[in-house]
Amino acid sequence: MPRKISFKQAINEALDLEMSRDPTVILMGEDIVGGAGSPGEMDAWGGVLGVTKGLYAKYGNRLMDTPLSESAYIGAAIGAAACGMRPVAELMFLDFMGVCFDQILNQAAKFRYMFGGKAETPVVIRAMVGAGFRAAAQHSQMLTPIFTHVPGLKVVCPSNAYDAKGLLIQSIRDNDPVIFCEHKNLYGHEADVPEEPYTIPFGEAEVVRDGKDVTIVSYGLTVHRALDAAEKLNANNISAEVIDLRTLSPIDWDTVIESVESTGRLVVVDEANPRCSIATDVAAHVAQHAFGALKAAPQMVTAPHTPVPFSPVLEDLYIPTSDAIAAAASKLIGRAAAR
Amino acid sequence: MPENPFPLSKPDLQKAYRIMRTIREFEERLHVEFAKGDIPGFVHLYAGEEACAAGIMLHLTDRDRIASTHRGHGHCIAKGVGVREMMAEIYGKATGACHGKGGSMHIADLGKGMMGANGILGAGAPLICGAGIAAKFRGDGGVGITFFGDGASNQGMVLESMNLAAIWNLPVIFVVENNGYAESTSVDYATAVDSYIDRASGFGLPGVSVDGTDFFGVYEAAGEIIRRAREGGGPSLLECKMIRFFGHFEGDAQTYKAKNENEDNRAHRDCLKSFAVRVTQAGVIGSEELEAIDREVGRLIDEAVASAKAAPLPTPRDLVTDVYVSY
Repeated sequence: MPRKISFKQAINEALDLEMSRDPTVILMGEDIVGGAGSPGEMDAWGGVLGVTKGLYAKYGNRLMDTPLSESAYIGAAIGAAACGMRPVAELMFLDFMGVCFDQILNQAAKFRYMFGGKAETPVVIRAMVGAGFRAAAQHSQMLTPIFTHVPGLKVVCPSNAYDAKGLLIQSIRDNDPVIFCEHKNLYGHEADVPEEPYTIPFGEAEVVRDGKDVTIVSYGLTVHRALDAAEKLNANNISAEVIDLRTLSPIDWDTVIESVESTGRLVVVDEANPRCSIATDVAAHVAQHAFGALKAAPQMVTAPHTPVPFSPVLEDLYIPTSDAIAAAASKLIGRAAAR
Repeated sequence: MPENPFPLSKPDLQKAYRIMRTIREFEERLHVEFAKGDIPGFVHLYAGEEACAAGIMLHLTDRDRIASTHRGHGHCIAKGVGVREMMAEIYGKATGACHGKGGSMHIADLGKGMMGANGILGAGAPLICGAGIAAKFRGDGGVGITFFGDGASNQGMVLESMNLAAIWNLPVIFVVENNGYAESTSVDYATAVDSYIDRASGFGLPGVSVDGTDFFGVYEAAGEIIRRAREGGGPSLLECKMIRFFGHFEGDAQTYKAKNENEDNRAHRDCLKSFAVRVTQAGVIGSEELEAIDREVGRLIDEAVASAKAAPLPTPRDLVTDVYVSY
């Protein structure tokens, strides 16, 4: 029975359902319970933003609070996965990949290939991504392209609560390592979410708005900015189709190509820095495979090539805005920017 | 028949000798074959260090996991990985342990509890904590053992893992294979503490240091700490002080070593020779029995090299397979 719950609750529910279904699912991370060994209560935090709150009461020591040792516990989650468990490790902020990347890049991602197809590493690494939280340069990055660059990893970045639940359950059941990116500014976003478990297959983008003049491709938070832009464009008689990629590795090229072949125009919106990004990847793929369908050069709307700034006036300029997206689409069509 | 003074039965002593001889033959033969140019890439040989792998692995079964190093051939053989599959892998052949996609530094056999040689030094330490977690949840009494050299002992992830294993009381053992050299850099230069026991105590771990060229010393120390881990007594650190007969990799001119260092070590600190002297002097195994094992192992390695050379290469299609379980 669908009811409105937040993105954060959807993540909690997916973890709860899978832990209840499969005893090999364990959770590891810093403060995912909170209060371990302290004089006060356990489950004091339930994760730094409360995403895992309440699970400790149900599953006890299957939730493991870790020391601040990302290499050790992310690596331990990977090692446990290679030994038959299904760990979900929380890296808190994806920015912290800097202190444990070897275990992801050279271990988890490589085992299957390097060991001749004999290894399975069903680990999920959950982490917050994205700017807009006034958290500055080391807690705000959209590092998705770094992970899509690595063969052997799957990369997921949902834009809404419904997808978050279905994609997280799929991630836990999947037998490959998955980087599950949760945009921190979507945690409060609500959607209709069924109570029962369900999965959303990887590599299936969703057309979240139909249109005929221009295709806008995005993922995560900026899907909402793209939808806002589509509304603005509509007021200017421009019909925009909006595609939510949902998973970045694997990526659903067919849906993107099919849409561009119909509209003839492409705007890619990416909160990541622009060089070697999801935006460049999509633009290049479309240019190579649907060049004949294009009526104009693909446009990319991305963060600038800078770290994420702290001051709110600067940070608000950092994330692609609906105005910038609408302007890019209008330019493709040869009209003044919609307001 | 004299009484057996050793803590192993005669068949187990023969098994220990066979493992050590197999590693030695495997590595000596690779040294020769590598120089011929038939083997791609580079190899790091374990010759001289056999007593460490054998003395530890004789306590293990397939449910126990190990995470190895770039110098992993000895660990693989002692853990029961097939010599033919290993040799074929090192030659880059389709019949190799990893179908030619891993090579010397990535031989793995998860069914045997061998979680992989590893080209990233110290990376096995976090992974083995995961093996310890899995064993704990399964409650099967399995243990995890990670090996790393004196060089990798200075990796942050190794130090983090010792703390993690200690606070979670994991059935995990950290084995420092101290052969005195991190590639060409001496342990005295690169490691601030004089003793790895001090470092173990810094993490609240029991630490034991043994002569890694003495099979019986390794066997006894490893037996004690493995038993403790199986019984829920938690992690330990074992330092094996040992000798690397060859260079860091094949082709290493080893000019950083003392004059005659390799010759002296082979003459006076050869773990196979000392093992043979001990068991023959005690009258438990005759020298002719050991020689029979030598001949049998020699044939095994001959055959492994011949079959590796004759084995088929991977096909172009293999380039793109097995990146994922599902696509």
